[in-house]
Amino acid sequence: MAFLHGATKSKSGGGSALKKRSLTPYLLLAPGLIWLITFFVIPIFSLASTSTMVRPQGAQIGTYVQELRFANYVDAFLANQEQYVRSFLYAGIATILALAISYPLAYMIAFKAGKYRNILLVLVVAPFFTSFLLRTVAWSQILGDEGPVLSTLRLLPFVDESLRLTATPFAVVSGLTYNFLPFMTLPLYASLERIDPRTLEASGDLYASGFTTFRKVTVPLSMPGVVAGTLLTFIPAAGDYVNAALLGNPSTKMIGNVIESRFFAVVDYPTAAALSFTLMATILILVTLYIRKSGTDELV
Amino acid sequence: MAKTKVSQDTGDLVLNRISKYYGDFCAVDDLSLTIPDGSFFALLGPSGCGKTTTLRMIAGLEEPTAGTISIGDTDITTQKSYRRNVNTVFQNYALFPHLSIFENIAFGLRRRGIKDVKEEVEKALNLVELGHLSERKPAQLSGGQQQRIAVARAIVNRPEVLLLDEPLGALDLKLRRQMQIELKRIQLEVGITFIHVTHDQEEAMTMADTIAVMNQGKIEQMGSATELYEAPKTAFVANFLGQCNLIKVKVQSRSGGKVAVSAKGHTFEIPESRVSSSNDALLLGVRPEKLRLDDKGVNSIKECVVTDRSFVGTSTQYLVRTPWDLELVVFEQNDEGLHDLRVGDKVSLEWDSEHTFGLDGAQDVNAGADLDDDE
Repeated sequence: MAFLHGATKSKSGGGSALKKRSLTPYLLLAPGLIWLITFFVIPIFSLASTSTMVRPQGAQIGTYVQELRFANYVDAFLANQEQYVRSFLYAGIATILALAISYPLAYMIAFKAGKYRNILLVLVVAPFFTSFLLRTVAWSQILGDEGPVLSTLRLLPFVDESLRLTATPFAVVSGLTYNFLPFMTLPLYASLERIDPRTLEASGDLYASGFTTFRKVTVPLSMPGVVAGTLLTFIPAAGDYVNAALLGNPSTKMIGNVIESRFFAVVDYPTAAALSFTLMATILILVTLYIRKSGTDELV
Repeated sequence: MAKTKVSQDTGDLVLNRISKYYGDFCAVDDLSLTIPDGSFFALLGPSGCGKTTTLRMIAGLEEPTAGTISIGDTDITTQKSYRRNVNTVFQNYALFPHLSIFENIAFGLRRRGIKDVKEEVEKALNLVELGHLSERKPAQLSGGQQQRIAVARAIVNRPEVLLLDEPLGALDLKLRRQMQIELKRIQLEVGITFIHVTHDQEEAMTMADTIAVMNQGKIEQMGSATELYEAPKTAFVANFLGQCNLIKVKVQSRSGGKVAVSAKGHTFEIPESRVSSSNDALLLGVRPEKLRLDDKGVNSIKECVVTDRSFVGTSTQYLVRTPWDLELVVFEQNDEGLHDLRVGDKVSLEWDSEHTFGLDGAQDVNAGADLDDDE
């Protein structure tokens, strides 16, 4: 900011130059701002307005008029409670599983991997080189009747021949867990890697065993990563519909599937819009409560 | 302040023939050392000399490849770090960033299930004179304050031995001076054995009762600051502690408690008690401040030339070239006797025999001289 400082000091002919300079921040902001207004702010208002529309009696499918009918929200919610609860339940389980898988992985990469650290990080990110959709389809192969998981399981004496994994809640939760794993691993790694190994040595020096050190030093210091990772996993998982669509069955539908079918199959825009807003609001409330509770604001 | 003497006469710390290898690299080489209970001991040496490795083995953060470590009658060689009654003040303090100052200090007490945590922590905070900061987080403290908290966090556990790993390295010069005095005061108050690792010879000399100078995994010499400075036993020690002039000489005779030596036609005397080698080739050592720009004494070199002069406040430092092209350093106190010489002036040098020492002549004259001082 040195040049700004100089500008305010020089008295002669500073007027127009100063004005031009004060515009610079706005010009820098402009591309992002225009993008967000066009593709985020306007659509969200349009969605909000759609959510209270009503189809007039006898009008064509897809024709709606604004009547500020807020009861749309109640109707939409009551009709889809089951999918709501399921969405948060599946997303919650997937988040916990992802945390359980990612923490040891991130810990190992951060503290024990040595020269293999970068290779392992690339491997964590590698799935992103393939499309989300393809990876999910691949999971239906993996869990399929002739797939490696089931054929291995069938070797066990107590596993029934008729056991199926696809089209089950198990498959949907597995898919969600798998697909969002990198979003959990990377922030966890980042915060574990930032821990000064000497603080861990200091803990050992101060009479804490390995496990106590983990509990009292490593975990608290990695909390920013845990919070970031769980949010990055939970939020998209709660709104996801691809995993339920490709790996589930009609009774494993999540709220994302309902919204998708309301928009594209039923062409019931107001219900879809109302459901979208309810989902957003619920996630926002949960996230706020979670961040308050975890109390990591001073650590981040 | 009330005395908080906490040592329970636990016995000396004994390192018995310990070695540490990393692959083929030998960091500590067959080192034996006895550190008396309650002493302030310094391990001094350049970076990579094995001093920190030695410290970490005492702390239990590294295991020796060979040898044993014991405190009093207890062998602690393979004891886990968290079971040893030894605490460390780490180089960058390693305070727990997520805990308050109070909880940082209470950490060790809580792990051992000590009852009156609050009282003990307050006592430790008062010892380092930072009682008012207990609710802060480490990041809110200055470097000097963090340093003292690191000391308090270790001392509160009343260890048998307190290890300090370059504890003042991150502080600026003025603060470092202040903390040196502070640490010395704390050590006298609590009476715990302090083992202080440093590459700063001045720091070691200021604080420690006994200094062990380490080089390449071995102890070169051990003694008080005065002993090491006035009567070094190796060229490395002579050069590493302060500056030193070393002149290659040949022994002419040894008689009457004196050793007569010569170099390029000049003869000098060294008291026999100050010669640490029976070799005929010796290094005659004399400190720069012991040289005088005169030609009266037994030991003198005439027809020298001043090649450099720098004024440093309390003294003027001259570089003087002998007739056989050896450059010697001379410090002259800035008082009435000041010569105020210029570059190119002809001078004579002289010194007293009792200020010289004789070292084995087979050593490198420059050993320990131009080592990087700040890691």
